[in-house]
Amino acid sequence: MPRLIEGIIEAFTLIITLDPNLMKIIMLSLQVSGAAVALSMLCGVPLGAFLGLKPAVRTRFVSKILYTLMGLPPVVAGLIIYLLISRAGPLGVFGLLYTPTAMIIAQFTLAMPIIAGLTMVGIRSRGKEIQETARTLGASRLLTAWTVIRESRFAIFGAIVTGFGRVIAEVGAVMIVGGNIDGHTRVMTTAIVLETSKGHYELAIGLGVALLVISFVINSLLYYLQGGVGSYDRRL
Amino acid sequence: MAKMQEKKEKKSLSGQLLGIALILMLVFSLLIGAGCSQGAVTPQNDDEAGEEAAAGAEGDEQVAEEGEFIILSTTTSTYDSGLLDFMLPAFTEKYGIEVRVVSQGTGQALETGKRGDADALLVHDRASELQLVEEGYFTDRQDVMYNDFIILGPAGDPAAIKGMESATEAFTKIAEEEEIFISRGDDSGTNRRELSIWDKTGVNERGEWYKSVGQGMGDTLRMAGELQGYTMSDRGTYLSLKDTLDLEILVEGDPNLFNQYGIMAVSPEMHSHVKYEQAMKLIDFFMSPEGQDMIASFKIGDDTLFFPGKGVE
Repeated sequence: MPRLIEGIIEAFTLIITLDPNLMKIIMLSLQVSGAAVALSMLCGVPLGAFLGLKPAVRTRFVSKILYTLMGLPPVVAGLIIYLLISRAGPLGVFGLLYTPTAMIIAQFTLAMPIIAGLTMVGIRSRGKEIQETARTLGASRLLTAWTVIRESRFAIFGAIVTGFGRVIAEVGAVMIVGGNIDGHTRVMTTAIVLETSKGHYELAIGLGVALLVISFVINSLLYYLQGGVGSYDRRL
Repeated sequence: MAKMQEKKEKKSLSGQLLGIALILMLVFSLLIGAGCSQGAVTPQNDDEAGEEAAAGAEGDEQVAEEGEFIILSTTTSTYDSGLLDFMLPAFTEKYGIEVRVVSQGTGQALETGKRGDADALLVHDRASELQLVEEGYFTDRQDVMYNDFIILGPAGDPAAIKGMESATEAFTKIAEEEEIFISRGDDSGTNRRELSIWDKTGVNERGEWYKSVGQGMGDTLRMAGELQGYTMSDRGTYLSLKDTLDLEILVEGDPNLFNQYGIMAVSPEMHSHVKYEQAMKLIDFFMSPEGQDMIASFKIGDDTLFFPGKGVE
C-alpha cells in the first residue's frame, strides 16, 4: 500500500514538473493515435454515412463485418500488420516495421471500423428523414450528403472519440509493430508495460494518470461540442 | 416552429465550426507527428557526425550518414537490467550510429533476426545461435559476455532445496513436493534452459503446481514473489529487481545454470537490405577492450551483472 501512495505522489511530481521523458512519450502517443484517428475519420465517416443511408436490410452483411472488426483484438491487428510489413512479408521492402508509421497503420485498422460503424448507426437513426427533407427542399446530392453528416455530428463526434479512446489505450498492436524502442516508438501503454516489468512503478503510474487525464480532456471537449448538459443522449 | 428551427440553425453553425476546429486539430497533430519523427533524428545525427569528424583521430574514417541507425534485437535480460542504456550511448557517440533496441524473448528475437527485421542480435541460447549461424541466417557470432541462472524461491523454502548443488535435483524435489513453480513459458533463452533442466529430471507430468505464464523475466519474478513460488531467472534481472521482490537465491553454481550471451549480425547474404557494416561496428565495439571493460564495470549496487567474454561451460 505505501508503495502505491509513493507511486502516485511520484507520478504527480513527474507530470507537474513536465518530466522530459514522460512528455516525449505522451507526445508520441498523441501523434500516433491522433494521426490514426484523423485517417480513420477521413475514411470511416464517409463510409459510415454511405452505409447508414442505405436500407438496413441491404447492408446487413457489411454491417456484420464492421461490427466484428469493431471488436478486433489489438494484438491480432498488430500481428496481421506485422506479418504484412515485416521484411519477409509482402510489404517488407518499405522497411516500415518498428517505425511510428507502422503504429499509425495498425491503429488505423482498429479505429476505422469503430468510426465507420458508429457513424453508420448514428446516421441510420435519423439520416433518412434528414435526407428526404433536404431533397424536398431542393438540395443537390452533395449538399444533401453534407447536411446529413452535419445533422448527425453528435453521433460522429461520439464515434471519433470512441475510436480515439480505443487506440490511445491499446497496447497489443503498437507493441508488436512498434517494438517499444526508446525515444522512437515508445508510447504510453508500451512504456507502462515495460516500467511495470522493470519494477519502476512510479513512471508506470505517472503514465497511467496521464492517460486518464488526456481521456478526461478529450471527453470534456466532446461533451462541450455536443452542446453541454443533457445532450449526451443524442450521441447515438 | 420557426423559432425552433432558428435555434437549431444557430446551434448547428457553432457545432460545425467546432467540428472543423476538431478536424484541424487532428490534422495538425498528424502534421506535427510527421514533422517530429523526421526532425527528431536529423539534428541529433548532425551533431554526432560533427563529433565524429572531430574525433577522427580515433581511427574511424567513415562519416555517419544522416539518420543512420541499426536495429538491435535483444533479450529482456540485457535491456531490463539497464546494461544497454549504459553501453549504447558510448557507441553512438563514437560511431554516430543510433541503435534502436527491440527487446523480446530470445526465441522471438531470433525469429525477428531470421525474418530480416533486425540488423544485429544480442541473445542467450548458444546452441540455437550456433545452429542458425550454420544455417546461414546469422554471421560473425561472438561470445560477448556471460552470467548465470539462479533458482529462486520464498524465504521459507517449503521444498527445502536451499544450498543444493544440482539444479536437476532441486527441480526434482520441487516436483515431488508439488510446490508452485513459475515458468516463463515464452520460448526465451531462460525458458529454453529451464525446460532442458526439466528434461534431465525426467519429470514429464507437471501438474497444477507448474505455472507457465508466458511473460518476460521481470513479470515472472513478480508473479513468483506474489505467489511465493519457485522460479528460475538470469542473475542480472533478479539483481536489478531484488529490492522489489520477496524471493531468495536458493540454488546457484551448477554448470547447467551457466548462461552465455552471444552477439551476431544478420547475414547480408540472406537479407541484402541489412546494415551489415554498421552491425559489425556494434559487434566490434562490444568485443573491444573498451566494450568488454564497460560490461565488467556495469554494476547494480555492489553486484556485477555480466562478465565479459566467454565463460567456461
